[in-house]
Amino acid sequence: MSSLAAPRSSSSSSVRRDAPAVEVHDLRKEFRRRDRSGGRFARKPWPALVDVTFTIERGECVAILGQNGSGKSTLVRLLATLLINDGGEARIFGHDAFHEERAIRRLVNRVSVEASFFKKMSAAENLSYAARFYGMTPRQTRDAIPAILEQVGFPAERRGEAMENLSRGMQQKVALARALLTAPVLLLLDEPTTGLDPRSKLEVQTFIRQVRAEHDATILLCTHDMAEAEALADRVGVLDRGRLLFLEPVADVKRRFGVETLEEAFFAATGRAFEAEHDNDDEERGVFA
Amino acid sequence: MSELAVTLRNELVGLGGIVERNVYLTRRYFLWDLAFMVWTIANTLTIVFIARVAHLPPAQENRLAAMLLVGAVIWAFLGIIFEFVTETVAWERWEGTIEYTFMAPISRPVHLFGMAAFAVLYGLIRATILFFAVAAFIGIHIPHANYGAALALLAIASLSFMGIGIMTSVLPLISPEKGAQLGFIAQGLMLVVSGVYYPVTVMPQWMQWVSKISPATYALRGDRRAIIDGAGMAWADVWPLLVIAAAAIPLGLAIFRTGERYAKRHGKLKRSG
Repeated sequence: MSSLAAPRSSSSSSVRRDAPAVEVHDLRKEFRRRDRSGGRFARKPWPALVDVTFTIERGECVAILGQNGSGKSTLVRLLATLLINDGGEARIFGHDAFHEERAIRRLVNRVSVEASFFKKMSAAENLSYAARFYGMTPRQTRDAIPAILEQVGFPAERRGEAMENLSRGMQQKVALARALLTAPVLLLLDEPTTGLDPRSKLEVQTFIRQVRAEHDATILLCTHDMAEAEALADRVGVLDRGRLLFLEPVADVKRRFGVETLEEAFFAATGRAFEAEHDNDDEERGVFA
Repeated sequence: MSELAVTLRNELVGLGGIVERNVYLTRRYFLWDLAFMVWTIANTLTIVFIARVAHLPPAQENRLAAMLLVGAVIWAFLGIIFEFVTETVAWERWEGTIEYTFMAPISRPVHLFGMAAFAVLYGLIRATILFFAVAAFIGIHIPHANYGAALALLAIASLSFMGIGIMTSVLPLISPEKGAQLGFIAQGLMLVVSGVYYPVTVMPQWMQWVSKISPATYALRGDRRAIIDGAGMAWADVWPLLVIAAAAIPLGLAIFRTGERYAKRHGKLKRSG
């Protein structure tokens, strides 16, 4: 397998070498949710993130664990400049995430639980479109796209096929390729393997390891897969109802709670078993109401 | 290369990417576009045939048919611009790509301008096909038509249409369910005060005042003169279009920026599944 692309100068030049990859201080975000007791149009604030503070050093892989609705995606979307905070601050390589959006966007890319592509367009066309936004010309992507697709194990003969004809696993590989094509120095992975079959999951995890080994990338992995977090991350944190309870190496977490597994640690920290909850965040926030 | 030059280069590459994406999509949806074209022609015919029931002498009937045709073609042209620009958000939300596009390092004006520029080009091609197809079907005689002046005026008017389109494209950001439809309301309101199938003089006085701030008024008036009378571009039509464009584009961008910040604050800048 060939090496992954090195970061391009346009993104690496805006990295402040002396700054941590991510610095988050007392970050707060709240949404409005329906208040059924207050009438048809009544809303009340619902905290999605409460005074979250942590730092990620350059080159580190950090996993944030949490159940659905715990605030993981909100954290990722704040760092990806898709949300505006209600308090606190976040810096990415020294840049203010809420006031230096252009600089941040050159440094960050993301893979989310949904692959999210133009379904009628092929993998190559989707990657080409994404690459243009990062200043990659047709001449640059002509070789780079086949190379990156080969690296994620995407079959060459299916490059021209519409995304809607590809399996979930295949689509997620293209999503990884899209993120890596732009050589981000911070990669935000929001449940990248959720819903994948075991083989695809393993392939994606192998690729993430490869990215870490060969590419100068910092990774923030948000997941509810404890085994994945333990296998990939240097440090693991638990986000519970918008609060970051801890962020430590797995061994320290187990020692702190005197337990054998992360699942037991989660139970000890939150008082609840770790299980999937109903994904009703949006309805509760009234986001689409 | 200086930082400014790099930024400019990246913005231009990004602009090319938007046009490239729309070319891919147009190619993939070609048959649907063809079906839509047939519908547009049929719809335009229903309007232009009205000239036949007016029982006018042939020359006047021909003039009325040409007047209706210009109105219907500009309606269709505007429809395409508003559809494309308004769907900048709606389409991306439907496909699920909205978050990736809005977190990409391309400036919003370039992003929106790219969408609008493709819409204008695509709209001009469709409007041209529509015009000649219906004119041939009905048998409209316009031997003195100044097509160059008509196209040039439409291109100038497009700057204003782009600005107004950008204003309406914020609607799906604020209301994911109904925002896109509201864009068509704006299109209809603009045309009703602009004399789409009638002279603006037949409208109540207050509507005639409103018609003065609609770019479609000048596009319709100038294009009718160019097509029917073979007139060149009149400065009286051009300067209002330039003034409206100079106001509409920055206003459109400002409204979109405000809408985007609202969506980011309230968590609406996300896919809807």
